[in-house]
Amino acid sequence: MHLHKYEKIWLVLGIASLIVFLSVVGVSAFSQDHTPAGGMETIDPKKVNETAPFDNPGVTQLDDDTYQATIVAMAFGYTAPELKVPVGKEVIFKVTSTDVVHSFTIDNTKVNMMVVPGRITTKSYTFEEPGTYLILCNEYCGTGHHMMYTEIEVYEE
Amino acid sequence: MIALQDRKLALWNIGVAYIAFLIGTLCGLLQVFIRNDALQLPAWLDYYQILTAHGVLLALIFTTFFIFGFFITGMSKSLGSFGPKVRLFSWVGFWVTLLGTVMATAMIVAGEASVLYTFYAPLKASGFYYVGLALVIIGTWISSFALVGHYRVWRKNNKGQLSPLFAFMTITTIIMWIIACLGVVTTVLFQYIPWAFGWTDTIDVELSRTLFWFFGHPLVYFWLLPAYMAWYVIVPKILGVKVFSDSLARLSFVLFILFSIPVGFHHQLTEPGISNFWKFLQVVLTFMVIVPSLMTAFSMFATFEIAGRKNGGKGLFGWFTKLPWKDIRFTSIFIAMAFFIPGGAGGIINASFQLNEVVHNTLWIVGHFHITVGTPVAMTFMGLTFWLIPYLTGRKFTKSMKVLGLIQIITWSIGMLLMSTAQHLLGLLGAPRRTAYSSYNDHPAAMEWFDGILTNHVTMAIGGSILFVSAMILIYIVVMTMFLSPKAVEAKDVVDFPMAESDMSNTPKWLENWWIWIGLAVLLIVIAYAIPLSHMIQHAPPGSEGFKTW
Repeated sequence: MHLHKYEKIWLVLGIASLIVFLSVVGVSAFSQDHTPAGGMETIDPKKVNETAPFDNPGVTQLDDDTYQATIVAMAFGYTAPELKVPVGKEVIFKVTSTDVVHSFTIDNTKVNMMVVPGRITTKSYTFEEPGTYLILCNEYCGTGHHMMYTEIEVYEE
Repeated sequence: MIALQDRKLALWNIGVAYIAFLIGTLCGLLQVFIRNDALQLPAWLDYYQILTAHGVLLALIFTTFFIFGFFITGMSKSLGSFGPKVRLFSWVGFWVTLLGTVMATAMIVAGEASVLYTFYAPLKASGFYYVGLALVIIGTWISSFALVGHYRVWRKNNKGQLSPLFAFMTITTIIMWIIACLGVVTTVLFQYIPWAFGWTDTIDVELSRTLFWFFGHPLVYFWLLPAYMAWYVIVPKILGVKVFSDSLARLSFVLFILFSIPVGFHHQLTEPGISNFWKFLQVVLTFMVIVPSLMTAFSMFATFEIAGRKNGGKGLFGWFTKLPWKDIRFTSIFIAMAFFIPGGAGGIINASFQLNEVVHNTLWIVGHFHITVGTPVAMTFMGLTFWLIPYLTGRKFTKSMKVLGLIQIITWSIGMLLMSTAQHLLGLLGAPRRTAYSSYNDHPAAMEWFDGILTNHVTMAIGGSILFVSAMILIYIVVMTMFLSPKAVEAKDVVDFPMAESDMSNTPKWLENWWIWIGLAVLLIVIAYAIPLSHMIQHAPPGSEGFKTW
């Protein structure tokens, strides 16, 4: 098979930049822990409201520097009384759904999690700026999809 | 000229494609106006119903029928007329696909299937919607096997020879398609249909999503590869040159069989149930398809340069001005290709492990669709339509049609540019996709998204309206060339199928040994899917009941 000289250069450059790019992504993912939302825990979607920690949704402090925010998504809203977290502390979000697939997406942040019934999605995030953030659902979930939102308040300690 | 009966077959496929196109683009127009608050739908019609129809009719039905119309014509042209059996099965495939389309569309219109074209469980549509979609896939399989049968007959009669490039590429696309569909067929037959008809109570949602995306990404290559075929085989002929390199064209196509399937997890990066290692592995495999795309880009520009220099282009870029810009068959496809440059780059962003979090399910993705499927693919198909229908009907492609064609392509480009730029930017700001417009109760964060010069609903509505005008011009051209334009009597008026010559003397024989490629594809699929999928099944949560939330 014949390869044109310029085509060889073009492909070598292309493949080399591919390797560099994927290495950057991989190192950032696995040695610096920059991974997207996920999690391997399962839950009975019909028993969400009686299963810990979703029987008591909201923000709890785990230790000095860590908070956990537990949220239940359902058509068309989120169950979590007053979401308030301090700035600069790690917040571990744990979200599940009682009905269809939703998302838990905080505007202006990298928190963008799919919420799948039967599974618990986890994402850890540290807010750098205080303020009130819009949380919305970006996965189609029915006629009220575009009205599914809530807020989280990030306060200065 | 190919046999009359083969032409009829192709024309029916293209005809159905454009009926779907007409309804689908009308739904698109309604959407931009609803989001703009300029239009209120009657009570019996819902935004998400229209959105479902738009997705199904344009992304699935228009593309599929057009692709088979193109394949049938090209296979008959390159390998000779179909035998009676091939013809029969092509018709059976056509009618089964059409029956499925009508069933699915009827369910959408009845309000029983506002689940969008991704139909994520546990949103529960009528069982007949899933049966309809299954019939669409089965119909395409029957049509595919008919074409494979035609190819096998040719190989038997031409032992030891490489098949023509068009036929080779058709078979590659079909192999990729059949393997990819296994995922969606499995979930629809064994999960959705029993559950939707009430034979089982619950469905495993994460498993259904994974099987869907096993198919969902290669689906975009099923749209893209026929466009690539036009770029490799049709464009050089229009430019008056040969295929740049036969063997590299074939190699790039077989690389698509290998790397377009084991990559579905990159659509599921932000969801639970798949560990990071497996997500990352599929991200790496996803990026491998950049290699054949780079090969294609090189071949295209090499072809342009050779053609431009042949026409007297001098200097480093002088050849560029010597391309046949007035030939709508060429210009349409060239602009389509140009759109694929930002489109492909956006795709790299979407599939990037962490960057995906920024754009996942935002309007960015909608913008991305419209400058990949909506422009490079759809506009290449439009460019093909300009000669394909006159070729099949034996009618003239008149001067006024040429002018209209040019206007159609320019308006489509402008409309897409406006609409998709707005969508990309809005997505980066955080505006979600798949929503009837809502300001989240005038939330300041949401109001800010739409404040920009380009990022407002007016831009999107203007873009969408221009696109609709363009679509109507195209429908006019289709109707004219199909039924009304004068018949081509003189030789100079006869429209030809521009299939370029391809020099096969340096092409290695092993490229056409399909078992190698199918075997490697299966191996890669097993590596990418076996362990995470078996984990998903073994550690499944209790299933979900169905919900009708619309």
